[in-house]
Amino acid sequence: MSARSNILNKLRAGLAGTSPRPDDFDESLVTRPWQYAPEDRITRLRSLMEAVHTEVHQLTRAEWPARVQLLLEQRGLSNLLYAPGTEHGRQLAEHWRHSAAKPDLLVYDRPVEDWKEELFWNVDASITGTVGGIAATGSLVLWPDRHEPRLMSLLPPLHIALLRASEVEDNLYGMMQKQNWSAGLPTNLLLVSGPSKTADIEQVLAYGAHGPKELVVLILEDA
Amino acid sequence: MSQRIPVTELTDSFRGRAVGALADNQLRTNFRVAMDSLMKKRADAFPDEEEREGLRELGNHIKARALSRLPDLLEQLEAKLTANGVHVHWAETTEDANRIVHSIIEAQKGTQVVKGKSMVSEEMEMNDFLAERNIECLESDMGEYIVQLDGEKPSHIIMPAIHKNRFQVAKLFHDKLGVDETEDVNELIQIGRRTLRQKFLEADVGVSGVNFAIAETGTLLLVENEGNGRMSTTAPPVHIAVTGIEKVVENLRDVVPLLSLLTRSALGQPITTYVNMISGPRKADELDGPEEVHLVLLDNGRSGAFADAQLRQTLNCIRCGACMNHCPVYTRVGGHTYGEVYPGPIGKIITPHMVGLHKVPDHPSASSLCGACGEVCPVKIPIPEMLQRLRQENVKSPAEHPKVKDGGAKYSRKERALWRFWVTLNTSPGFYRLFLWAATRFRKLAPKNVGPWTENHTAPVPARRSLHDLAKAHLNQGDR
Repeated sequence: MSARSNILNKLRAGLAGTSPRPDDFDESLVTRPWQYAPEDRITRLRSLMEAVHTEVHQLTRAEWPARVQLLLEQRGLSNLLYAPGTEHGRQLAEHWRHSAAKPDLLVYDRPVEDWKEELFWNVDASITGTVGGIAATGSLVLWPDRHEPRLMSLLPPLHIALLRASEVEDNLYGMMQKQNWSAGLPTNLLLVSGPSKTADIEQVLAYGAHGPKELVVLILEDA
Repeated sequence: MSQRIPVTELTDSFRGRAVGALADNQLRTNFRVAMDSLMKKRADAFPDEEEREGLRELGNHIKARALSRLPDLLEQLEAKLTANGVHVHWAETTEDANRIVHSIIEAQKGTQVVKGKSMVSEEMEMNDFLAERNIECLESDMGEYIVQLDGEKPSHIIMPAIHKNRFQVAKLFHDKLGVDETEDVNELIQIGRRTLRQKFLEADVGVSGVNFAIAETGTLLLVENEGNGRMSTTAPPVHIAVTGIEKVVENLRDVVPLLSLLTRSALGQPITTYVNMISGPRKADELDGPEEVHLVLLDNGRSGAFADAQLRQTLNCIRCGACMNHCPVYTRVGGHTYGEVYPGPIGKIITPHMVGLHKVPDHPSASSLCGACGEVCPVKIPIPEMLQRLRQENVKSPAEHPKVKDGGAKYSRKERALWRFWVTLNTSPGFYRLFLWAATRFRKLAPKNVGPWTENHTAPVPARRSLHDLAKAHLNQGDR
């Protein structure tokens, strides 16, 4: 007998004569306490994210590439990992050309194995898109793909994330339903709610444990 | 100054270790401060009692529903994960699970493993198993890393190094890593970051636990704040997740309330920094992520707890640690006193199923039954009720067929005989009066040593006159 059948048989014996419990999931318990007026959603998301050391800026779609340049220059960073195959990537590259911005633009265009050492140690910052935000918990939803691979939002000490104001949902349940997650999830779906942190020594909060030391969220107004 | 007793080296009983821990002022301060803060954080995270209670009830129902279909859900999970390209393995014992993990690593010719935080891997003692086979298995959660560096075990399931203060960590890093001694927590964390980043880069295999396994979509969900979980599951070419068979839930939406209950109960956070949902290995057009993902489903006594409808509730546990944070016993004796992987109230009710009551005979009784654990449990496990049940199982005679592994560990003929005597005494009035007469008359002959009681108290001596006598005299006086 295999371990699999031994375990399943034991479990089935334990359930003999019982019937499955009904599904009494009450969605109001996870939605009603977490509903916001449209004008309050961004405020809530912002205050929660700022409470965990996230830097948040609200900008127009025309303004943000210049802000990215400024953020890098303020910090004296020498390069930025971006995704040229995305709409925001093209917009960024355009701005970089016009303004002759100094930081080098790096591209994640080869398998991680081909440049692991460099990616782990020498990339100062990255910029990625998001597929939405969650007001209730102050979270970003990231859906990594071949343009913006998983490590892109994890390895560089500074991660800049773009969030469309119109894509902020009230709560996780609403986000799941709206984007129909149960119909098919990517290899790795992520909720990110601040820069990496730890309180493992004396419960003293320290940022930059293993992931980004800084998270900057640029909220793009649709106007 | 530091008078810390190396608790991991004490191999005697819970009682013996408790005595040592209680005398260790540094340890007691570290725990007291930490638990007070964690209790406050949890309370602040649930400002609305009605919301909290509704959510706990829902959490309980979700877990109960999942357990009521557990074998079916495990099969569904396996089918979905397999379709997603994940290899699923089943292990009845920790030994089997270790062999599976080892064979996967060997197939890669791997020598270096990084591990995100996983209590199941602690159950397996995976680090030791792999080390014996010349494979380095390094903890990457900051707390776990500190504990591993010092050759210790975690003392809390969420905060593994909570028994240490910054000065102890500073000295440890100085001694083991050769860095300058710094008492700045940020600097200490940065030392850990630099050391471990190189390890993430080099690792052949990443190991992680699982917080929720979602049958509907074939998804492994992990929560964390540090990013080491994402690192361990993304950077190395192979990812092995290890988990207990009770972690499966039916639907993706089921994790919404459970996630909220978990992070708020554990740390008082509305959500952790990262919620990492993994549904498969790297796809053909993707540029990172492991080429292979494995899931090891471990039983290790869980099916034994599952067999009993009452004890099955133990498997509701989502490993938040709130029960230990609120436990007056845990706060005073610390996690190492329990001598096993899972300390505190949840440890007391889950460990007997894993290792048997012979190994942890004091676990069910190391509680004042104050009820705090049951009150805060996010999935409403009636922990005090479980403890009482385990106390019964613990003293059953072989003829009474105890239902828990090694039940009857504390069965004693002498104790049974004493209780039979007590019953006879209290149900036969003549005998009772005779006993009272003798006990008061020969009070000087009462034993001076009555077991554990006289270790810390003076022996009880019967009064000169019994209460019955005194009452009778009093009533007679009143009549006059």
